[in-house]
Amino acid sequence: MNSNSQIRRWYPFVGPHDPCEPMIVRTYVVPPNQYIPFQPMNLPQFSLEEALRLGTLWPALYSPYQSKCGGGSY
Amino acid sequence: MWVYEKKLQYPVRVSKCDPRMARYLAEQYGGADGELAAALRYLNQRYTIPSKVIGLLTDIGTEEFAHLEMIATMIYKLTKDATPEQLEKAGLGPHYVSHDSALFYNNASGVPFTAAYIQAKGDPLADLYEDIAAEEKARATYQWLIDMTDDVDLQDSLKFLREREIVHALRFKEAVEIIKEDRDQKKVY
Repeated sequence: MNSNSQIRRWYPFVGPHDPCEPMIVRTYVVPPNQYIPFQPMNLPQFSLEEALRLGTLWPALYSPYQSKCGGGSY
Repeated sequence: MWVYEKKLQYPVRVSKCDPRMARYLAEQYGGADGELAAALRYLNQRYTIPSKVIGLLTDIGTEEFAHLEMIATMIYKLTKDATPEQLEKAGLGPHYVSHDSALFYNNASGVPFTAAYIQAKGDPLADLYEDIAAEEKARATYQWLIDMTDDVDLQDSLKFLREREIVHALRFKEAVEIIKEDRDQKKVY
């Protein structure tokens, strides 16, 4: 999911004699909790239905994750 | 004491017969960074942590048991109708020999749960930083579990659980801030 701004990329060393097809790009997720030392009061909230589905009441804390196996839209 | 609500925290639907996933999900059931380890770790740390953050450990420790119940439901649904042959194909032959299709607290490799997975140092910062690390490790484990299945319904429940780890990690970080601020507040009084 390229539109996910929480994904970071890095490019590991590729050796000339690596036994397997090199993985050029590695990714990892930096969830929003890394930028909030203490949650401020009165942040915007999801609707209750959406909050249950996403696992958090707070858009500021929401972190999408896409399976590398496919399927799922968020 | 606790009050039990006879429902899951979030619905668990499994749409694909895949006992292999049951084996992998055991990592969150009886694994080092699983929900059982989390619940026992937090609830035990409560007794020797500054009063201001006891409630947080109670709340999160309790929620971890609700997560444990969701994982148990997933594993149960994925294995309840599996034949010994299917279980063996999924790598669960040794599990069947010891447990039939009963659930057991072991990790994805079949290693039984141990209290050595968790710690209580009695030092509030050491304990809270362990808790933060545990949440991030559980989040990562959920990611790799989500990567291992194309069942969107199972993915849905796992994504919910992954998000909860992120929220919990933030709450533990806030607890660290509360502990740090204690000193200043005493000066004011």
